[in-house]
Amino acid sequence: MILLRGRGIVGGCAEGEALVTHQTISGWGGIDPMTGTIIETRHELRGQSFKGKVLVFPGAKGSSGWSNAFHMTRLAKSAPLAMVFNQMTTKVALGAVVTRVPAVTELDQDPLAIIESGDWVKVDGDRGIVEVTKRRGE
Amino acid sequence: MYLTDDEKAMLDGAGGRAKQKAMELLVRYAEALGAERFVDTTNIAGVPGSSTLFLKKYFEENGRDGSFESVFSLYDLDAGEVLRVPEAMGNCCHLQGGMDLGHWAELGMSREAMEHQRDDERELARLGVRIMKTCTPYLAGNLPVRGEHCAWMESSAVVYCNSVIGARTNTEGRESTSAAMLTGKIPDWGFHRDEFRRATHLIEVQTPVESVMDWGMLGYFVGGAVEESIPAITGAIARADPLRHKHFGAAAASSGGVEMYHMVSVTPEAPSLEKALGEKRPVATIAYGAEERRRVYEMLNATARDSNVDYVMLGCPHASIDQFREVARLLGGKRIKTHLWMFTSRAVKTEADLIGAVKIIEDAGGVVMTDTCSAIARAVPKGTKVVALDSAKQAHYLPAMVGVEAWFGTTEDCIHAALTGRWNGELG
Repeated sequence: MILLRGRGIVGGCAEGEALVTHQTISGWGGIDPMTGTIIETRHELRGQSFKGKVLVFPGAKGSSGWSNAFHMTRLAKSAPLAMVFNQMTTKVALGAVVTRVPAVTELDQDPLAIIESGDWVKVDGDRGIVEVTKRRGE
Repeated sequence: MYLTDDEKAMLDGAGGRAKQKAMELLVRYAEALGAERFVDTTNIAGVPGSSTLFLKKYFEENGRDGSFESVFSLYDLDAGEVLRVPEAMGNCCHLQGGMDLGHWAELGMSREAMEHQRDDERELARLGVRIMKTCTPYLAGNLPVRGEHCAWMESSAVVYCNSVIGARTNTEGRESTSAAMLTGKIPDWGFHRDEFRRATHLIEVQTPVESVMDWGMLGYFVGGAVEESIPAITGAIARADPLRHKHFGAAAASSGGVEMYHMVSVTPEAPSLEKALGEKRPVATIAYGAEERRRVYEMLNATARDSNVDYVMLGCPHASIDQFREVARLLGGKRIKTHLWMFTSRAVKTEADLIGAVKIIEDAGGVVMTDTCSAIARAVPKGTKVVALDSAKQAHYLPAMVGVEAWFGTTEDCIHAALTGRWNGELG
């Protein structure tokens, strides 16, 4: 198990399988909020859904509808279980707050270098801790 | 975080329950950002209480109702209870959204949805919110002053506000702007602070950029090159005007996350390259020449295969009066063979009406619509497979959002396609 320490920005605890992307995510126009699927044309996760997964990503980009798109996933029950990201912006901060899922950033190691899709990840937004269990063992 | 007395009073409920919940949301947001305080904001552009039928039905099915106050309280303020919404503070406006109330049927909307929007608008107007219904508030009568702290949504308006006007805003979201309308507060973070507004990347333009299309393509290139960073742009750029900045900024905010740019000797915070860079060395210097220009053009036309065009969409961001003049001149009394929808603000449509441009477009077989666009409404004319666009931003979003092929070129290329049914645009 690998332990990452950072700053929790939305409290609560959740654990589940990771969905990792090295590309920033667009909210409005980049995801389908009803299914939690990435729809952006040239995105590496195009066609995959973050519903019920721990979303690990560099940060947010694109439209100011980012928070609205993720807020909508909460209503549609297609939100990620938790968010782990690197780059702070107003889009991702507000989006995480209104999605109301545990969210952690400013980690002491780059989560994108450590976590791979399929790893089991436990996110503690109250203490700012991310626990990673590699799918294939360490 | 540090709170002033009036902020503490609102948090304690002195201004009523809605202001209290709005402050609570703003504090959650500010703490997530790591902001240390709020700034007072006097100019707020958002989409307060704006609701799709999905939202209304969601609250109806979950033991609430779909009224404006429900949606505003439960969704915009994330309050967990329905509150009486007080009047908005400061200069607040509603940006684009929903549909043209006169053309809802063409947009594939229901009468029910149109009536909801109309009723919500009345509520908003009663609260003192300006019903501007546009992504270009700066062309429709909301023009902040340099240095003014704003809370704006809409990435193309945000980049214009920071770069061209020299006012200060982050890319706010629906919930933060709605909360700011009740409190006059927004986190003091990012673009509200001097040190955040300096360029880190240098773009050297080595091929002439003069036409609106070229300004749009340069913007698309810059966004891709710098992503979320702030570029300083020097070199062969000419004919700066609101229209060209509108297309440059919208494109840069779509291909990347550009929220502010400096054009040396053009934009207000870039009297010199040194000032734009804050007396620091750029972290990267990037050239834009003929080869880069050609690649951007190809990227923007990447989805296009079939030269038979079904639909021409203009007005992204919402058309300015000079664009109406140009389209009217290019149509020149002829009939079109494709669908043509041109989107604008209600204010500019009124002006376009007065100079006869709306009639010329309608007589040609086109439709002028306000409030929305094809990407926002996810609406294209029935049966559309191939669309022609003069906006890099729309070319970025529309193919993925509604599943069409898109050609990108000049406004003239687009009107030619409308008149002949065929695309023959070239880079030139």
